[in-house]
Amino acid sequence: MKEFKGRVIAAGEVTAEAVVTRQGFNTLASMQMMFIQSKTKCVDQSNPDIYKKILMGKALCLPQTIGSTTGGMFLYSAVQSGKAPACLLFSKEIDSLAAAGAVLADVWSENAKMPTIDKLGDEFLEYVQDGDTITVKPDGTVIVDR
Amino acid sequence: MELTREQQALLDGAKGPTMAKVMKTLVQYGEVFGAEKMVPVTGEYGHLVLSFGLTFLGPVFDLYQKLIDEGCLSGQKFTCDPRPYDKNVPQNPLQKTVAKAVFGKQARYEKQLEKLGLLNEDSYTCTCYLDEIGNTPKEGDVLSWAESSAVVYANSVLGARCNRNSGIIELFGSVAGYVPYFGFLTDEGRRADWIVELKTSKLPDAQILGSAIGMKVMEDVPYVKGLDKYLGTELTDEAKTYLKDFGAATASNGAVGLYHIENLTPEAKAQGEALIRENAKVYVIDDAELQRVKDGYPCVWKDLNAKPKMCFLGCPHMTLEQLTDWTQKIEAALKEAGNDKVLVPTVFTTSQGVLKKFNQTVYAGRLAKTGVIVSCICPLMFMDNPLWQHEPVITSSNKLRTYTTARFYDNAEILNIITKEGK
Repeated sequence: MKEFKGRVIAAGEVTAEAVVTRQGFNTLASMQMMFIQSKTKCVDQSNPDIYKKILMGKALCLPQTIGSTTGGMFLYSAVQSGKAPACLLFSKEIDSLAAAGAVLADVWSENAKMPTIDKLGDEFLEYVQDGDTITVKPDGTVIVDR
Repeated sequence: MELTREQQALLDGAKGPTMAKVMKTLVQYGEVFGAEKMVPVTGEYGHLVLSFGLTFLGPVFDLYQKLIDEGCLSGQKFTCDPRPYDKNVPQNPLQKTVAKAVFGKQARYEKQLEKLGLLNEDSYTCTCYLDEIGNTPKEGDVLSWAESSAVVYANSVLGARCNRNSGIIELFGSVAGYVPYFGFLTDEGRRADWIVELKTSKLPDAQILGSAIGMKVMEDVPYVKGLDKYLGTELTDEAKTYLKDFGAATASNGAVGLYHIENLTPEAKAQGEALIRENAKVYVIDDAELQRVKDGYPCVWKDLNAKPKMCFLGCPHMTLEQLTDWTQKIEAALKEAGNDKVLVPTVFTTSQGVLKKFNQTVYAGRLAKTGVIVSCICPLMFMDNPLWQHEPVITSSNKLRTYTTARFYDNAEILNIITKEGK
């Protein structure tokens, strides 16, 4: 078990299984089919770390998001539709698109939330592996258990 | 964050609870990046990334309806990304039926756009900044735009100031009239983190060069040396067309929102190497590096030897120069091969503004004779139809490759396939 501390972007408490991408997470490329076909698997052919893996309900561990500026909007819709990852855990400082998604969900969602923590450090992303059990605390503490 | 009296009043609900939530979102979003104030949006027009009535984006349309119902409309007119389908683009009946289901909220959303502040019926394009459309910001304008390819162009080629805003956030900025001051809005945020040294034997394919840089620098700002050798030191139509495609690839294959081209783009011309941060990292690009990047593109076609069923060019939308140039190239290549028409159904995508101008030239009829279809759709959204996900589609757009199952070929390869080989 290892503990990390990051900055809280959207507060919350959750426990979920980790799915890890060590390259930038392209939100549109990864999640677009989730909306169209009700599939929850990542469809980004350019990201071998998570291609064809389930994202919904998982603790998505990533350096940052990249790509289309629809990113925040897709994350917001995913939260509202109950198809979002359980939480977003960034090793680096969060990017503007993911921040938008996290803030939109935080401000405009009545019930659904997507706890989001950034600045967890490179060591976090080096340590965490697919299948680890992740617990997120409201103060930005992230516990990785395997 | 320190707000002016007027901004604080909006946040406190002076214009209703929905406007207050709009402001709360912008403030909270800005505070993530250490913004200490909000600044007025000074660009004449906005630009929205969401142009498609994707059924499953219902929560976004519900939110926009709330804005409309409570009078929280955009304070500026805006342009919008292209529509997702067009009856002129060939599809079988089943594909058409599925498209209508996937984009089932298109009509409702277009009505919402009109109420929110769409500029006009010809405003649906990702290249809103071209002269033919008229949403061309001035240097120093503060924008509230989304659409990664448009934001990177406005920042880099026009010298406007805009963050890589997400959809919804960009509309909120236009509704409130303010955006949080951070990132590319600041002088410091516009300095370069990377020096890219170009050492190729010829002008690289814009799409592959942009892809290589995007994947390397991710969200950082690159300062590119050596490209002026090929593009010159003036922003000619040819140079701007190149930078349009280059920038789109940097933004979609990475997360670049601003680049500087030595001796060419406005801030690089004005400030030179003073734009480069101390300890900037260096990325050297030669012919071998570009080949390595191109060879690394995955292709998820089940049959790698499948005959292409469609070719899309124009993501981002083509310029007038590209349409005329491609017309001549295709004519010449068909003649050389002894063919009359393209061998793969081919669609060029462009804006209504450019298409109207193109239709006034002799090239429009000549292109039609080759069998190429010109449309104003977004090919990326068109391919979001799940029935197209399994079809062998080819493109020379690195953005389209990134977001769909389309297979990438460079322009020379595409020309060969559609005019001579058919496979």
